[in-house]
Amino acid sequence: MDRRESMKSLLIGTMAGGVLLQGCAPESADTSAMPVSKPEDKGKYGRTIEEKARDEKLLGSQGFSETELATIAILCDLILPSTDSAGGALDASVPEFIDFIAKDIPSHELPIKGGLMWLESRSNNTFGLPFVKLTDVQRKSLLDEIAYSETAAPEVSPGVAFFSRMRNLTLTGYYTTKMGIEDLGYKGNQPNVWDGVPQEVLDEHGMAYDKAWLAKCVDQSKREDIAEWDDQGNLLT
Amino acid sequence: MQIIESREQFDAIIVGSGAGGGMSAKVLADAGLSVAIVEAGPHFDPTNPDQMTQLKWPWESPRRGASTTRSFGDFDAAYGGWEIDGEPYTQGEGSQFDWFRSHMLGGRTNHWGRISLRFGPRDFKRRDQDGLSDNWPIGYEDVAPYYDKVDKLIGVFGSKENIPNEPDGFFLPAPKPRLHELYYIKAARKAGVTVIPSRLSILTKRLNNERGVCFYCRQCSRSCAIKADFSSGTSLIFPAQKSGSVQLFTNCVVKEVTTNAEGKATGVSYINKDDLKEYHLKGRTVVLAASACSSARILLNSKSAQHPNGLGNSNDIVGKYLHDSTGTDRAFLVPEMLNRKTYNEDGVGGLHVYSPWWLDSKKLDFPRGYHIEIWGGLGMPSYGFGFGLAEMNKYVSGVVGGYGDKLRDDARKFYGAMMGVSGRGESIPMKSNYCEIDPEVVDQWGIPVLKFHYQWSDHERNQSKHMHDTFEEIFDKMDAIPLGEKPGADKDYGLHNPGRIIHEVGTTRMGDDLTTSVVNKYQQLHEVPNVFIVDGGPFVSQADKNPTWTILALSWRTSEYIVDQLTKKNI
Repeated sequence: MDRRESMKSLLIGTMAGGVLLQGCAPESADTSAMPVSKPEDKGKYGRTIEEKARDEKLLGSQGFSETELATIAILCDLILPSTDSAGGALDASVPEFIDFIAKDIPSHELPIKGGLMWLESRSNNTFGLPFVKLTDVQRKSLLDEIAYSETAAPEVSPGVAFFSRMRNLTLTGYYTTKMGIEDLGYKGNQPNVWDGVPQEVLDEHGMAYDKAWLAKCVDQSKREDIAEWDDQGNLLT
Repeated sequence: MQIIESREQFDAIIVGSGAGGGMSAKVLADAGLSVAIVEAGPHFDPTNPDQMTQLKWPWESPRRGASTTRSFGDFDAAYGGWEIDGEPYTQGEGSQFDWFRSHMLGGRTNHWGRISLRFGPRDFKRRDQDGLSDNWPIGYEDVAPYYDKVDKLIGVFGSKENIPNEPDGFFLPAPKPRLHELYYIKAARKAGVTVIPSRLSILTKRLNNERGVCFYCRQCSRSCAIKADFSSGTSLIFPAQKSGSVQLFTNCVVKEVTTNAEGKATGVSYINKDDLKEYHLKGRTVVLAASACSSARILLNSKSAQHPNGLGNSNDIVGKYLHDSTGTDRAFLVPEMLNRKTYNEDGVGGLHVYSPWWLDSKKLDFPRGYHIEIWGGLGMPSYGFGFGLAEMNKYVSGVVGGYGDKLRDDARKFYGAMMGVSGRGESIPMKSNYCEIDPEVVDQWGIPVLKFHYQWSDHERNQSKHMHDTFEEIFDKMDAIPLGEKPGADKDYGLHNPGRIIHEVGTTRMGDDLTTSVVNKYQQLHEVPNVFIVDGGPFVSQADKNPTWTILALSWRTSEYIVDQLTKKNI
């Protein structure tokens, strides 16, 4: 009960801070009941005490070596380079993510360490140089051997598995950042009022809402009217 | 170790704070009774900034939401999961039952799918139709008034459909379908599969001034801070606390129900996780709502001279007839949705449309039905996004693999073009599927743990096979490309392990016959009149419906009965 009371004091947005309904415009939702985040809440994402301790321990522990991270960074950059309109994997700190996730999910660690060694050996055997010393063209020629699973030679299959893992982690690491999400075009995770698929999208897909179905759907201009029914369960409001 | 006695005696001690416990607390407290809620986990409030995960971005988690510490990912509200450190469970030979536990205020209601389906008239009397398992001792007409009350108190959206075994209720209006759901509707209709708006306990319209109206972030699994979804804490327990007669005991693990020389319950003993001491709480009645298996475990561990085989278990039925929904899934790619325009289509936390059971089981090679759930759309990326992306090209004659700018194009090309369907069906409750106490293993609190024995039968395998055949028929109607292999007989047709759908019920079944059931039609122990069970344990069979709405309705009904019986001094 105490905790609950104390929470109330945090709901300082009630009335003031929240995005209030503008008339009955259906595109805005009443978020006045959402707790307004305070400076001291920055960085919190709902961890239990045990989870928080685990995060801190992992973040403070040694992951890949500097040498390993240097190669990981080169690979990330080749997998998702920057473009004219969007930053690349390095701008999105993907190597740091990979460093963390291999500590968090240890089943990644050995395949990545071993894969890096495999790549180093392949590089030395092919060009007589470690991977980091190769030119961009040389690096790409090595990647071309292992980046296409259907056509790759059987003798490079360990490299194919390694590169597939690096590509997966780079994609995940990138598209879970602000930069990646913007580039992808995900537009949610914010209060809004869903009122169906935009008309131009419906048209593009040859779809339409049928009348009978729409009659069962919410009239967003009445969303704030308290629900009342007759005895048969017909909504009156 | 000395047991610390409570001075106060409560009218009711409720063990567990999920759907059943929350509802009981609300009804009993509103009736003026003094109530203790004993919850094994911590307090939880989705508005607490230390606990909330709603509207967080994936990058706010260093693992981007991966499921390393929480089974459904970092942002899922349920603490606990398939395995809990220090609290094992064991398996009998050949059994693989997966048990999802969430120890926290509100339990699993904090993250559940909110699919809120009434059982229909036929669901309560299945034995009459197929000769398998047993009828419930009550029928739809007994529960209907309580379903009505639950609809109005908690709120559920849906639509009036007049389908005989899918009773309508007091619905809030449904959200409009998303794009992939429109594709599904079209294809399902062509395949002769019924499709209607889904029924979820999410407020698409204002229900009262205490709870907010859905703002469509698709994150009900994170527990809603404006209380627009049904979670037991925000919708039942916090309102119940307003009476001032509810005391919460969090981080307290109930060991057993204690009894006196007459065999009547006197309260519960519990371990306080914070000081590791054992306490005894006195109550006139004990209401078990710890979840079907946990309540069975408490009964089985409550051995005394009067109840040597555990409480309410002289007939050896406690733990028997454990059953979960069947479940299997398939994903597919809709070529027409490749390279689609993006917009915010989060919608509510879950499906906007679904297919209720549409066939007559008499014409099929399995006895009971299933429903189909639909998922997909332009979701928020989290850990796992992009895995296997480059390989997806094999389905559309693109170049498989690669790197560089091509990958960006692939990410946009496939984003939101995949969707999936899940079959969720009714299994046959069987005495041979059960949990019992493992005599050799205790948890970290020193309490003997459960051992599971569970095997699917051909009833479930044939049903799962039918689900996959139906899925492919529907894909075919929208020219979709199924992903992966269709699971065959060697894989039990893709049936998930029992327990996996997290609808486990039946361990303390209801019945009129004292030799084959544990509780009566008021969910009162046959052998101990002041002990009640209000979780999924008393379910005789579970329909192809998600159990929560029925747990809530039955808990309300039982709680009214408790008030009545206490008033009449019958217990």
